[in-house]
Order: sequence, then C-alpha cells, then structure tokens
Amino acid sequence: MTHLDIQDCEDAMRVLAEHLDRELDQRLDRQLLEHLDSCRSCYSRSEFDRRLKAQVKDLGREPVPATVVDRVHELLRDFALPPIV
Amino acid sequence: MEDDVTEVATAPRTTADHAWFSVQVESMLPDLYGAAARLCRSRADAEDLVAESLTKAWQGLASLRRREAFRCWVLQILANTYFSQYRKARGGPTVDSMGADAADFSLFERLHQPILLWWGNPEQEFLNDLLREDLRRALDQLPDQYRTVVVLVDIQDMRYGEVAECLEIPVGTVRSRLARGRGLLQQHLWQQAREAGLRHDGTVEGETP
Repeated sequence: MTHLDIQDCEDAMRVLAEHLDRELDQRLDRQLLEHLDSCRSCYSRSEFDRRLKAQVKDLGREPVPATVVDRVHELLRDFALPPIV
Repeated sequence: MEDDVTEVATAPRTTADHAWFSVQVESMLPDLYGAAARLCRSRADAEDLVAESLTKAWQGLASLRRREAFRCWVLQILANTYFSQYRKARGGPTVDSMGADAADFSLFERLHQPILLWWGNPEQEFLNDLLREDLRRALDQLPDQYRTVVVLVDIQDMRYGEVAECLEIPVGTVRSRLARGRGLLQQHLWQQAREAGLRHDGTVEGETP
C-alpha cells in the first residue's frame, strides 16, 4: 500500500484501519488525526470502527472453563517431573 | 518454529525455568483460551489446542531468546499449531480469492444513510444493541484464514509483522486478509440486522422479530 498524503475523506478512510491498529507511521497518523478533527463524518466512522474493534476484542474474554484450568495445572505438574535438572 | 521446537526438545530446563513458566502461563491463560476458543469454535478443540501449545512451548523454551516476548511467542505457537492441524484435517482450502469485494464493505456507511438518520444515530444504536452472541456468530462464520488474522490482531493485539511471522505470510497478505475478514464480518452483521428488520423503528424491512 502506498502512503501518500491524506488529502480527502477517501484517503483518510483508506488508512483508518491501520490507524486503529496502531500500524500507521507518525506522519500519516498525525495527518489522519487532523482530518478527523475537521471532518464529522469521518470522525463518526472512525468512532464506529473503533467501538466495533473493541467489541470484537471483548470476544476473547471468555471465562476459562474449570476443565481447562485443571488440565493446565496437571500439565505444569507433569513438566516439573524429570528429565528436569 | 517447528524446527526450533524439535531441536531444543531435550534442552535442560531448571526448576527456576519451571517456576517462571508456570507463573507466565497462569497469567496468560485467559488470553490463550480466548484465542483458542475463537480459532477452534469448539470448546473441546480449544482445550486440546491450549494443552498442545503449552507442551510445545515448554519443550521449546530454550529457543525463546527474549523472555519478555513470551506472550507473543506462545500465541504464535498456538496459531501455528492450529493452522497446521487445520490444514492437515481439511486439506488446506485457499480462500484468498474470497471476500475480495468485501474488503471495502463498511457497516458504518450502510447504517449512516439518510433514510435511517431521521430517527437518531443508527450506527451508535446498532453498536449499543449489538449482542455479544451475534458478533461471535459473525466472527465464527469467517473463513479460517481471515478469522485467524482478525483474532490475532483484534483479540490478541498482535502487530501485523508478528502475525506475518507467525503465519509465515507476507505483511501485505496480513493486511488484505484483515481487510477482507473485517469486511465480511461487517457484511454478516448487516445481514443479521436486516433479518432482524432493524427492529427499532421498522422502517427497514417489514419483518417482525
């Protein structure tokens, strides 16, 4: 992906995902933030995508079943057995 | 990574290593299980995947050069293990051709339409009302290669470079799979919303929930 300057909404939305993933270089990141400051529609989309990403992240927070905890503890006990030195 | 693991399988590990390893595993178990559950979509498989990944990690501990990288390293082992087993089990379908046109799909743009805007802020309402269960179903429906990248980036906070290394694909492929995965995810959500008739005001679709 080539990274020219951000001049309009289309440019801004093209790099939005990388901004939210903290993968955008500093210069473009600053340009994007400036654009979001002045463009209500892109700001709204940015907030929407940010919230959706956070909700996806939340899917990873699941209670660990007791069977998994027990099994991992058992594994760790096994690891402690010889051939440890 | 596979080579590393077998190569150092017999490397001696001390009781201090074991104590350190145990503490690390305890603290990241929720992350590990969370990733495994969303990759496998089945509790039993997720449990096996966690156990197998931890076994590989313990056996290959000597190949971990920087201990502060433990979390990322174990997640890489987990993703690798999942991916190699999946490919063995299902013959390795390639889905890179799928979802190409989904990459540009924006749920926000669909919701942010004049016809919907008169009654408020549809996109925020949508997220406020989005059920975890519906989102989970949309994620689970993604083709394997896209879901893996979305899980590693969005759920596990991995950098594109780390995902690329972990899955042995170019960073550009990580970007495109991520874009397609997210686009497809949003399409699924849009579909679900339409099926539910965007039920707040009934202006879209006539179906009763």
